[in-house]
Amino acid sequence: MNILLSHNAQWVIVSTLILGMASGMMGCLSYWKRQSLMSDALSHAALPGVVIGFALVGVKSLPVMMLGAAISAIIAALLIHWIRSSTRIKEDTAMGIILSVFFGLGIMLLTMVNRMPGGNQSGLDSFIFGQAASMVRKDVYTMLILAVLVMLVLFIGFKEWKIFLFDPDFARGLGLSGRLMNGIYLTVLVLVIITGIQVVGVILMSALLIIPAVSARYWTQSFKWMVILSGLFGGGAGLVGTIISTLGEGWPTGPFIIVTSSTLFVISLVFGAQKGLLIQAWQLRTQRKVHVSSSQSNLTQGGE
Amino acid sequence: MAVLTVNDLTASYRKNKVLNDVSFNVQPGSLTSIVGPNGAGKSTLLKVMLELHPKLSGDVSFFGSTLNKMKTRVGYVPQRGSVDWDFPTDALDVVLMGLYGRVGWLKWPKREHREKAMDSLEKMGMADYAGRQISQLSGGQQQRVFLARALVQEADLYFMDEPLAGVDAATEQAIMTILNELRMKGKTVMVVHHDLQTVEDYFDHVLLLNRTVVAHGVTKDVFTKDNVYQTYGGTLRYMMEATT
Amino acid sequence: MSYTAWILLTASLVGLSCGLMGVFLILRRMAMMADAISHSVLIGIVSAYLITRELSGWHMMVGGIIAGLLTAVLVQWFNSRGVQQDASIGVVFTTLFAIGVIMIATQVGNAHLDVKHALMGEITFVPWDLIQLSWFGAIPEATLILIIVLIIVVIAILAFYKEWKITSFDPMLAASIGIPVALMHYLFMSLVSITTVAAFDAVGAIMVVAMLITPAAAAYLWTDRLSIMLILSGTFGVISAIGGYYIAVFLDTSISGSMAFATGIVFMISFLCSPKHGVLAQHFRTVKM
Repeated sequence: MNILLSHNAQWVIVSTLILGMASGMMGCLSYWKRQSLMSDALSHAALPGVVIGFALVGVKSLPVMMLGAAISAIIAALLIHWIRSSTRIKEDTAMGIILSVFFGLGIMLLTMVNRMPGGNQSGLDSFIFGQAASMVRKDVYTMLILAVLVMLVLFIGFKEWKIFLFDPDFARGLGLSGRLMNGIYLTVLVLVIITGIQVVGVILMSALLIIPAVSARYWTQSFKWMVILSGLFGGGAGLVGTIISTLGEGWPTGPFIIVTSSTLFVISLVFGAQKGLLIQAWQLRTQRKVHVSSSQSNLTQGGE
Repeated sequence: MAVLTVNDLTASYRKNKVLNDVSFNVQPGSLTSIVGPNGAGKSTLLKVMLELHPKLSGDVSFFGSTLNKMKTRVGYVPQRGSVDWDFPTDALDVVLMGLYGRVGWLKWPKREHREKAMDSLEKMGMADYAGRQISQLSGGQQQRVFLARALVQEADLYFMDEPLAGVDAATEQAIMTILNELRMKGKTVMVVHHDLQTVEDYFDHVLLLNRTVVAHGVTKDVFTKDNVYQTYGGTLRYMMEATT
Repeated sequence: MSYTAWILLTASLVGLSCGLMGVFLILRRMAMMADAISHSVLIGIVSAYLITRELSGWHMMVGGIIAGLLTAVLVQWFNSRGVQQDASIGVVFTTLFAIGVIMIATQVGNAHLDVKHALMGEITFVPWDLIQLSWFGAIPEATLILIIVLIIVVIAILAFYKEWKITSFDPMLAASIGIPVALMHYLFMSLVSITTVAAFDAVGAIMVVAMLITPAAAAYLWTDRLSIMLILSGTFGVISAIGGYYIAVFLDTSISGSMAFATGIVFMISFLCSPKHGVLAQHFRTVKM
């Protein structure tokens, strides 16, 4: 437990906690936009941008690499939209194409950059699997700013988001610009992704967004509570996962956060108050009972 | 003997009960429309009878036997919107699919199957479109292809889900001609139908459904104002106003 | 055969098998299932290694198929429990992948398995790992496995062509005429898993996704016939594999990355230039009108 007390470990824990909360909340928007896997496509697609950002500056400059990641993810989102809207190719296929081709390009560039002088020390590989352990105080500030931003965007436009997600046509009728909302949504999503990939890597990033939201759905019907719960689940998974990963030598942080999050999901699936397995089994039984008794009463009363 | 007997059929969708104690008999050679408001469980009824959707309780018998034994005698026309018309295939091929159950495992369709499919397309007036990619057909033409596919099955009992929805007048007439021909041959047809104004002209039997059977029988006896009101509840007035 | 020839043959086999399977994948709207399976295959391979303690292609094949089927079953099950399809894919594969990574990090340590290899593949090593066949001579193990998988894929497609076609196009009708839709689905998923595991060694998990989805999507833009789409998709897969290899040699970079990138080029050309569904053709058509 020594390592827990170390100064650096504390920064890591705080960072993953905040990141987990922000992405958990953002994930609810993705869930209701029915675009959970879009985050997976975009995080894979961020890789070439990271590498190009590094190659242009020549040194490991986080802001430039993040900017590169953001540009590359946004290009990917636009391409997916273009492919889907101008041909008969469906959205999931378009996402699969962009995800894998961008990632392939990223690996190509990464291999080339690693041959450049000084390239090997760039730590670019860590963007694939994440490198939470290397986080410092500055990263905590980045995470904090991000989290506050996500919460602000969610809180300020809460009722607008709600209408936009549940009934986009109605929202348009009210004069809510779909294009503007989509733009804000995509911007914030990309922000969360490019921050998160440093911690958990491009491959597992989508899990931070998807799993807490799905878990939260098992506890509540209210969108507001879903966002709050999802944030708590995400933050909790970040916290617990990071602590577990400090217990062993060289244990990877990202995967432990994801597995913790999945454990919360399984607990929610079984015990959840809304659609949990236990409650559903119970409801099905009572439904059958009610059905039997109502058909009996129908018999005695001669129907309705 | 009844072609189809349904007893106390109950089914739910997610948590909501969509069918409650549905019971009825269908006699051979009848052309029945299933009528009811949106969400009355019309499509679900077809799917539950065909075991495409699970039931909670009740039973269904086909020709006095089970569906499994009688599968080749039962034909189904799903809603046109339930498939992806961008699928890379042509009209003839879609009709041919109706015969896949009969072609058998590990075998490819033969020329006789192809000819049968072609005949069926011709019957629907679609012979000229046999090689046309299915997304390039109009809605009415797509529906005719679906009908042709059902005909090729040479079933004795047909379930059709909204075959007249969104089709042009010529297609509507063509389909009704075919349905009447089927009835003449002693086949039995059940059609989910949405247009209350044509029920009396098109169908000799009607099943009024709103989660449970409101009324079922010969159209002129059953399709009364009272029964229809009872089926649709308050929504009917709006519908009448909208259509007139 | 020369070193380069073995690599080109191996890569072409991947392109061909993936190209064929990919056609049904995208028509069944399961492109992202391919993504999911290619990730979760990792846990199957690691488990196979931890149980048998050897890196044999056949053990991994079994492990991979089990993991692939597990993914398909879990996704289906969560979906039937009210989780949206794509969210349930996202939950399942990230979890299984994370467990796989943890198993490698905590158990296998610095053994012969490493995640990077599994993800990116190392086709350059393929020609070194030879096995002797009495009637043929020396052949790389990965290549042999891929040949067998290709044969299985082709036989399965020939045998179940009409069943997969009808269950892809209209599962309701298929079920109503007595075709076992679920069985055909899981059979198909097993084949996707087999293809993925076999391709793993050569191109790695994520490149498998490129090979499965992109050539098929490109082929979808050129033809309205399923049979021609299969042939085109297989051809595109082979072209991407060979083209990707030469791009990699030219730029001196990752072979698997370049192959994935090459599928993208093939797709982009189809997307812009296909006379039927290409963007340019559509543009000119509207201009004329």
